[in-house]
Amino acid sequence: MAVSPNRELEPMKRDRTPFARNLDTAFVWLTGGFAGLIALLLIAIAVRVGVDASPAMAKFGLGFLFESRWNPVTDVYSAFPQIYGTLVSSFLALFLAVPIGLGVAIFLSEDFIPAKIQRPVVFLIELLAAIPSVVYGLWGIFVLIPILRDLGKGIHQSLGWLPLFSTSPSGPGMYVAGIILGIMILPIITAIARDALVAVPIELRQAAYGLGATRWETILQIIVPAAFSGIVGGIMLALGRAMGETMAVTMVIGNANKANISLFDQGSTVSSLLANQFAEASGLQVASLMYAAIVLFVLTLIVNILAQVVVKRVNRI
Amino acid sequence: MATSTGVSTSTIISSKDANIYYGNFLAVRDVTIDIPKNSITAFIGPSGCGKSTVLRCFNRLNDLITSFKMRGSIHYHGQDLYSPEIDPVAVRRQIGMVFQKPNPFPKSIYDNIAFGPRLVKYRGNMDELVERSLRGAALWDEVKDKLRESGLALSGGQQQRLCIARAIAMQPDVILMDEPCAALDPISTLKVEDLLQELKEKYTIVIVTHNMQQASRASDYTAFFNVEQTERGRTGYIAECDRTEVIFQNPQQQATQAYVSGRFG
Ligand SMILES: Nc1ncnc2c1ncn2[C@@H]1O[C@H](COP(=O)(O)OP(=O)(O)O)[C@@H](O)[C@H]1O
Ligand SMILES: [Mg+2]
Repeated sequence: MAVSPNRELEPMKRDRTPFARNLDTAFVWLTGGFAGLIALLLIAIAVRVGVDASPAMAKFGLGFLFESRWNPVTDVYSAFPQIYGTLVSSFLALFLAVPIGLGVAIFLSEDFIPAKIQRPVVFLIELLAAIPSVVYGLWGIFVLIPILRDLGKGIHQSLGWLPLFSTSPSGPGMYVAGIILGIMILPIITAIARDALVAVPIELRQAAYGLGATRWETILQIIVPAAFSGIVGGIMLALGRAMGETMAVTMVIGNANKANISLFDQGSTVSSLLANQFAEASGLQVASLMYAAIVLFVLTLIVNILAQVVVKRVNRI
Repeated sequence: MATSTGVSTSTIISSKDANIYYGNFLAVRDVTIDIPKNSITAFIGPSGCGKSTVLRCFNRLNDLITSFKMRGSIHYHGQDLYSPEIDPVAVRRQIGMVFQKPNPFPKSIYDNIAFGPRLVKYRGNMDELVERSLRGAALWDEVKDKLRESGLALSGGQQQRLCIARAIAMQPDVILMDEPCAALDPISTLKVEDLLQELKEKYTIVIVTHNMQQASRASDYTAFFNVEQTERGRTGYIAECDRTEVIFQNPQQQATQAYVSGRFG
């Protein structure tokens, strides 16, 4: 061979300095450390809350979840109304926001309006998510409640025989919280669902049209199912937001320690309970608040796991 | 433009002086061509000369593109495809399409086939129709035990035959194929070509291909598209259209000769 093996291999040799290689290693450790730190932070919070809650857990056990007493005078606590209120207000929010959000997402992912108008509309919707929740709360008190109260009275008069509407609305209440939460999570659902719909490959759309599907058949039978996991992901993120939302809810829900089937009645949620009581609490009351916080934590966890299961089920086909 | 000579069969699609625009851009001009029934017509020519564009005009799939405009006429069984009374959705149910990239739905094999028939509320036995369509696409033996599995789990060649089966299930009149073998390996390509010969007994096929051997082997008629630079952009046109033997052995134009013998871009 005319070419010397040395010359052949030369360009393949490592020519990076040890310093550069050490920098690489350091970078891996650094980013790994940051990732670990987040996990650690989560564990630290869970442990701290758990330790602080343990007196209440020992004293009240699972009864805490099913009874409705919150009495700092006798030092007896349980959080059923708050758990109930968290679930009802969040699901009421989903009930309102999912159809509307999905509808808007579909509208904005098709070519119904020219791109020139569409883009600003998408931007405006995303901007809705940037409004601070205290502003939503104020708006709820001064604008929404006066409107909803009259509307609610009308509904109570005509549909009062339904348990859901069986009390007369008196301003703040579960229904206001649900509606405010619905408005707050609407942009999350819309933005994520739209991204998922837009990401569906154009080939699938063409395939459906090519088989003689109408636009609606294509959207409902092909595009939405193909985007399903993304849409569910958005809904779950929104539900998590709704369950944890504190400020706006505290301002409009009425903060009454009761669980009434009527949406017009006042109620409270776990996070509104925490916000209202934490400043003046001490002893067992703090432990009970911590216990309630753990319940909220577990509720969100369950919702997320359920979502994963749903998405896996659907994606298997 | 030369029209088909020899064996005379009835014409199923007839395009006359069609000019096709995207916005102000004239993509293809003066498309005049007759597609004979129960035959395979191949569209060949360099990239960007408008083969896909013309193909998509035949089942009104171009309607999805907002900037699309067509002047001239395309008749299907003597009806003007672009007259306002025509429902494009109904057109696409009779003129099926197979795309370059296999595009099965993310559904089971069975549901992929059943999708179209369900749209038209097919009243017959769905299981039979699925089997018949899969047999028609020479896929039945490979998938008969896994009809409930995802269509996406099949190989590329199988996916493309699934897409052909899906088109057949609509019992169409015409099947348009836009480079159906472009993403397939040589063996799958041969399978699809064999399939074409069977399919033309029942259907009329128009196929776009970049593979000269495929055009000469598989088609009865060939249209050679070319493209020319004008002041308004690159506009495609049909340079020559005839029986496949004529195009490949005795073409009238130099450009055709150059293209089919491989001396062309
Ligand atoms: N959706 C579209 N919008 C605008 N121009 C397009 C569109 N599709 C194709 N064209 C243009 O039309 C011409 C023909 O394209 P096409 O039909 O895809 O050619 P071929 O299939 O022969 O490669 C090309 O110049 C292409 O850029
Ligand atoms: Mg093409």
